Amino acid sequence: MIEIQGLTKRYGSKLAVDRISFSVGKGEIVGFLGPNGAGKSTTMNIITGYLSATEGRVVIDGHEILEEPTEAKKCIGYLPEQPPLYQDMTVWEYLNFIYELKKAKTASRTKHLETVCGMVKIGHVKDRLISNLSKGYKQRVGIAQALIGNPEVLILDEPTVGLDPNQIIEIRSLIKSLSRSHTVILSTHILSEVQSVCDRVIIINQGVIVADDTERNLSEKLSKDKRYTLRVKAPQTDALTALSRLERVDSVRPHGQKEEGVYEFLLQPKENQDIREDVFELLRERDWPMLEFKHNAMNLEDIFIRLTDPAVAQSISKANRKEEEQSASKEKRKSRRFFGPKEEKEEESK
Amino acid sequence: MTAIFKREFSAYFKNPIGWVFLAIFWLFCGWGLFILVSAGYNMISYVFSNMIIVLLIGIPVLTMRLMSEEIRMKTDQALLTAPVSLSGIVWGKFLAALALFGVGMAMTVVDFIILSSFASPQVSIFVGNLIGLALMGGAFIAIGLFISTMTQSQLAAAILSFAVILFFYMLDGFASYAPWGWAVDLLTSISFFSRYNEFTNGILDYGNIIFFASVIFIFNFLSVRVLERRRWS
Ligand SMILES: Nc1ncnc2c1ncn2[C@@H]1O[C@H](COP(=O)(O)OP(=O)(O)OP(=O)(O)O)[C@@H](O)[C@H]1O
Ligand SMILES: [Mg+2]
Repeated sequence: MIEIQGLTKRYGSKLAVDRISFSVGKGEIVGFLGPNGAGKSTTMNIITGYLSATEGRVVIDGHEILEEPTEAKKCIGYLPEQPPLYQDMTVWEYLNFIYELKKAKTASRTKHLETVCGMVKIGHVKDRLISNLSKGYKQRVGIAQALIGNPEVLILDEPTVGLDPNQIIEIRSLIKSLSRSHTVILSTHILSEVQSVCDRVIIINQGVIVADDTERNLSEKLSKDKRYTLRVKAPQTDALTALSRLERVDSVRPHGQKEEGVYEFLLQPKENQDIREDVFELLRERDWPMLEFKHNAMNLEDIFIRLTDPAVAQSISKANRKEEEQSASKEKRKSRRFFGPKEEKEEESK
Repeated sequence: MTAIFKREFSAYFKNPIGWVFLAIFWLFCGWGLFILVSAGYNMISYVFSNMIIVLLIGIPVLTMRLMSEEIRMKTDQALLTAPVSLSGIVWGKFLAALALFGVGMAMTVVDFIILSSFASPQVSIFVGNLIGLALMGGAFIAIGLFISTMTQSQLAAAILSFAVILFFYMLDGFASYAPWGWAVDLLTSISFFSRYNEFTNGILDYGNIIFFASVIFIFNFLSVRVLERRRWS
């Protein structure tokens, strides 16, 4: 449904988006996650055709956004970071304007607009001037505006910002219910939003995609160093040597005394090994009471913090560049072969 | 394009801007009529040839917010991501401003009717005047719209448009002082007002019509280019 290849955006010398590629299938809800200034809004502005990319392609439902802008834009409903509202119009006038602007085709305009108003609960303010609405209501009008004409693709830039908790829950479930017939990309800073709404997370930092997977896979991949915390009532050195002798344990780190005579250890299993039973057997053998034993799985927050480390983005960007250079030099070699050995000699003599 | 035209035209009446423009325009028509009637002349062209003041003040007011406000409030995101072409956006806005200008011009018809009740009507001269004013107004609107696409400050857009119209107003003055023959030719050839004066004399010259029409097309085209370039910046 949405196909993005090698998207790059430069603002002057500032690289805001750096060779982003991903695709989103029909009916998917993708969460776009990243710290401030990561390039989320920029990417969304390019996907919707508001900005043009310095390099790269965006294809929406088979239509390239620059080659067939009208066709591509017809499938998109966009809620920008700042809802594009005309302050001097009433909500109803505004929605009518957007309906006409998008050249929406529905059986009955009034009915369609009323349905949309009902979805985001703005029916009772529809005759109010937009400039007099509160921030949350403006946001809702912004969402309504994106829904007009039933576009197949919804691009929502921080859709729940400024809403009250009840409304946040309602909008989330609205988005979830839309996913049956729509493809959605939404950006957010709120991790729980991604968890509750999205099928898939794309984490972006410094203009680079640092992760693109389901939340579950992400946490599994990242917790390769799946650690356990063990709290045991035993002499520290004895426990340490005994634990590290366990076959499936890769390493043990003492974590200090937590209570009188009670020590904590961080256990790191060898790859893909389950150490839980071994640990239990050992403690039973030695008669050391186990006071706590828990798995330190990474939650999305940990993943986020880990992946948005600038070093990660830099190394990915570097790897991308290297790949590009390699393929470029391969091309060169090819062309050299094509032009014969003469040039090669020339280059050598240089 | 029609959606943008309708929104823009109705916006003029929601803001003081549209009313300010009409007030200036109509005040001027009334004043011109008063002078003509009190002097006992039947010269509708007098009203038109003094319209320059209206253009000087009125057009910048009319065009300053057309794009600037959209850019400042980021409402252009709705327009540019809708299935509308950039030229559709520019022409919709241009025609809305021109339509309001037309509403202002309607008052000259009232002037004409009142004058006609005193003396025999000079229909052809009046029609020539109307066409001339609409064309020159359109040309200045296109220029003002172009300036408005370049800045997000309404005030800057208004002042710059004012300066440009003033420049064209004074062009004939420059021309008469220009020391070289070719400069005089050049300046008079792009002079809006000497062409406009031919209309007020009831002369319908195709060259003049084509001149103003080209100015409109060129500046609307430039506005489209500016919007296009903004995407790539
Ligand atoms: N018009 C512009 N000119 C220059 N730099 C810009 C422009 N717009 C954005 N940037 C820069 O591009 C980078 C990405 O910005 P973007 O707005 O896409 O971030 P974001 O991920 O949406 O952040 P946030 O979470 O704060 O909304 C930022 O470093 C920003 O400073
Ligand atoms: Mg943003």
